[in-house]
Amino acid sequence: MISIENVSKSFVLHNQGAAQIPVMQGASLRVAVGECVALVGASGAGKSTLMRMIYGNYLTASGRIMIGDVDVATAAPRDIIQLRRNTLGYVSQFLRVVPRVSTLDVVAEPLLATGTAYDDAINTAQQLLARLNIPQRLWALSPTTFSGGEQQRVNIARGFAYPYPALLLDEPTASLDPTNRATVLEMINEAKGRGAAIIGIFHDHAARDAICDRQLDVTKYTPGLAA
Amino acid sequence: MSDYNFAYLDEQTKRMIRRAILKGLAIPGYQVPFASREMPMPYGWGTGGVQVSAAVLTPDDTYKVIDQGADDTTNAVSIRRFFQKTAGVDVTEATSEASVIQTRHRIPEQDLRDDQILVYQVPIPEPLRFLEPSEVETRKMHSLEEYGLMHVKLYEDISQHGDIATAYAYPVKVEGRYVMDPSPIPKFDNPKLEMAGIQLFGAGREQRIYAIPPYTQVVSLDFDDYPFQPTKADHACDLCDATDSYLDELIVDDAGGRLFMCSDTDYCATRRKQGHIGAQGVPYGEDAA
Amino acid sequence: MTPLLQVENIAKFYGARIGCTDVAFDLYPGEVMGIVGESGSGKSTLLNCLAGHLTPDRGAVRFDTRTQGLRDTVTMSEPERRMLSRTDWAFVHQHARDGLRMNVSAGGNVGERLMAVNARHYGDIRAKAIDWLGRVEITEDRIDDRPTAFSGGMQQRLQIARNLVTAPRLVFMDEPTGGLDVSVQARLLDLLRGLVREMNLSAIIVTHDLAVVRLLADRLMVMKDGHVIETGLTDQVLDDPQHAYTQLLVSSVLQV
Repeated sequence: MISIENVSKSFVLHNQGAAQIPVMQGASLRVAVGECVALVGASGAGKSTLMRMIYGNYLTASGRIMIGDVDVATAAPRDIIQLRRNTLGYVSQFLRVVPRVSTLDVVAEPLLATGTAYDDAINTAQQLLARLNIPQRLWALSPTTFSGGEQQRVNIARGFAYPYPALLLDEPTASLDPTNRATVLEMINEAKGRGAAIIGIFHDHAARDAICDRQLDVTKYTPGLAA
Repeated sequence: MSDYNFAYLDEQTKRMIRRAILKGLAIPGYQVPFASREMPMPYGWGTGGVQVSAAVLTPDDTYKVIDQGADDTTNAVSIRRFFQKTAGVDVTEATSEASVIQTRHRIPEQDLRDDQILVYQVPIPEPLRFLEPSEVETRKMHSLEEYGLMHVKLYEDISQHGDIATAYAYPVKVEGRYVMDPSPIPKFDNPKLEMAGIQLFGAGREQRIYAIPPYTQVVSLDFDDYPFQPTKADHACDLCDATDSYLDELIVDDAGGRLFMCSDTDYCATRRKQGHIGAQGVPYGEDAA
Repeated sequence: MTPLLQVENIAKFYGARIGCTDVAFDLYPGEVMGIVGESGSGKSTLLNCLAGHLTPDRGAVRFDTRTQGLRDTVTMSEPERRMLSRTDWAFVHQHARDGLRMNVSAGGNVGERLMAVNARHYGDIRAKAIDWLGRVEITEDRIDDRPTAFSGGMQQRLQIARNLVTAPRLVFMDEPTGGLDVSVQARLLDLLRGLVREMNLSAIIVTHDLAVVRLLADRLMVMKDGHVIETGLTDQVLDDPQHAYTQLLVSSVLQV
């Protein structure tokens, strides 16, 4: 489902003496349907950078990043938008939403964007929020005022509302209590079960061991850090 | 009055005005710019109408002037005397005897014939001016037939008054093309805009002439659910008992006593001569007037 | 899929000075594109060229018309272009007073575009106006008030209702949230996002506010001195800017 071949990236900081900072070289990775791969490596090794490149958030200098039959490294913006809408989900650590939009609508949005009827989308959103123990009295409020843990769970609900064939998870269990952590792991397993290809970053080792089939140490692709 | 050319204006000017009139007749409802002249009367006193009258009058014409339907107001009398002096034409108060009638804000009650010309005095010729102050823009709207704005005015009327409250200068569409301001005639007169006579409109200050040829389709704008309705006071004339004419309301004493009478003085007098007597009327010839 | 708008090599000069030049892009149905840059970068000139308010000196702006497919709006006749701008296009001005009739009631403002396309039933026009006022969160009891009695945010929402009532397919927006309080901006952005999705609108938004484009735009175009210096996915351009100027622009935003 996900096939990464020999990708590289460097940042050029034009306003700091045009400093060129290579951050990734020769990275390759394949993730099959129903497989979950963890990215590991020290802080700064480029785990998040690689995730962002896969999502199209960072440009890729060379190499191929195939999600299904789309090469994110060379795809036009609108193809990436399409890919993100229908194929590739991303649960980040941070919730970024329009202020004032209700939690229910935030969670239902990926479903609405793919053409699910409003009532059905809201119904799914309610089930997810209930499952992740977000009190019902908060559903009509904007999540911008929620605690970190609540925001994290809203983010997860939103990321899992639509059954993406490929999922990127950036620290999905950070700042969660044991009960909710268990629920999230269960949801990730369910996603695997329905065939989602998953790439994740987990600082939570127990969680990583519980759900990931393989690990990939990105340090070897980091210029300057590679042993 | 040998000191003046016939009908005051010089022949070149009259030719220029006639060209504007012919163009106006050829494009019914279209406002034709013309080089309006200074007249020996102030703007607002009918300088546009006077220039059009001057351009169409011939020595054989019989001229009538009405102001709000009346032949005997200052304005009507002044203009009538002006052409009596400068053109030496015959004048009349009888609608049926006149060949050229200049009017301010009324159409005579009696139907005009195809050998008669009705000349209107127009203060503001642009019907879209109410909502669109730019002349460049209104001209473009006319040329592209973008008339939605005209209905906005009627919409505003209904939303504020529950009905189309525009009672005079009610906009019309001429021959399915140009939207036109019929000058501040009461909307009661709008149906009469489809007539046998030639109708010419002159705006002196605004320098525009427009026209409606005989038997031209003139439709008053409206909404499907608020159709156009010509209205008048729900009353008969207190002098001649007419029920089909447009009425003026007069307060006749300090006790609030009211009198409704035909705004068209010739129409009223003609009926009274024929023996019609209204609720407060006396037989013709016996009143003080 | 046919692009809704195909912009080819647009250039506009003011004498020897460049307004904008060498601008080309395709916009597809449902896409929202942001154009950012500082004052004088040519973004408003470009928007006005695209919307038919200015005639470009070079290039083509092809729009996918309902009946005849792609047509160059630069060379089409003025009546056709004005018809488009009353029906399939909408233009939201920065200052509501430029896009509203201030001496006409809210209902009349919304109804005007309907009447311009020959709606002639008062009851229907009014019902539609009430519906649209509701969609932009203006209560029915304000329908007969004039915009002069509205707050800045309400005026802006009224302008949006007036523009969208004929179900246009392409909306041009010039700094739609400029001059509004931050809380009012958020409400407006939320509203616009919802409408864009519900109506499958395509939009081109000119702004200097990067937060606005991050929330509304799928794609971004960065302009400087009349030239397009960078384009791409909105979050990619903002998070991984390639051009020196874009990096400066992004790093200049104050964090809150």
